[in-house]
Amino acid sequence: MSVEAPERPIPSPRGGPPGVRGRERPVGGFELWSWLFMRISGLVLLILAVGHVLIMHVLDEGVDRVNFGFVAARWQSPFWRTWDWALLVLALIHGINGLRIIVQDYVRWPAVRFAVDMAFFVIGFALFVLGTVVVFTFDPSQWPGTV
Amino acid sequence: MAKRKSDVGTLYKGSPGQWSWLLHRITGVAVILFLFAHVVDTAVVGWGPEAYNRVVAVYHNWVVKLLELGLVAAVLYHAINGVKIMVFDFWPSSARHMKGIALASTIIFVLSMIPITIIMGNGILDSAGVF
Repeated sequence: MSVEAPERPIPSPRGGPPGVRGRERPVGGFELWSWLFMRISGLVLLILAVGHVLIMHVLDEGVDRVNFGFVAARWQSPFWRTWDWALLVLALIHGINGLRIIVQDYVRWPAVRFAVDMAFFVIGFALFVLGTVVVFTFDPSQWPGTV
Repeated sequence: MAKRKSDVGTLYKGSPGQWSWLLHRITGVAVILFLFAHVVDTAVVGWGPEAYNRVVAVYHNWVVKLLELGLVAAVLYHAINGVKIMVFDFWPSSARHMKGIALASTIIFVLSMIPITIIMGNGILDSAGVF
């Protein structure tokens, strides 16, 4: 990561009709990739996260029907395992990058900012490993008669 | 220059986007903090039915279900407002219709929350033993 990177995105005049100036956007480097990632992952999460929330929490009895047997039956399908893993990965990166952006606004001292960012990063990485292992190694046949 | 009333005490000095900016942050932080807990509670499924069913029983409590309704609202608000942000970012000329687009996204959010609140509200009343 570059040390000289500007602390805040530099406002840049955007296209559009005269008199209209668009929202500010990073001009380049890591922050521009971060900006683009938040929007692309946001679009994918619009399907993955909103779909997940509607299926698991709203439709068809919602969370009342969720138990071990429900998860075991659902994860027999590689489609749902892939959905849940993609949701895990994108939501963690999107969310932790969002926390990093918020930390830029409220934590001014560089050493503290680095420590807070690292704490979130480590939590995110640990949850990525835990979630990935569970999604791909879960085998309900260890508990016969539950599916 | 004398300070107008709106120059003090409000974020963004009264710009129309201030409330959606704030709500986008609050809902985003709420969702990621819940996700931290949710990955762990789902991971318990790897420890078998007895352990997992005890953990998900927490979600069947009516107070937790109230929080769950808040979670669904937070995800939905963040998603719909996120689309609004992308419209402004990718089609800058749409900023001319900023108020209309902001109003439209708020209406979409409120309208979608009506059936969701009714459906989840029934579940909450059910779990609370009202019915």
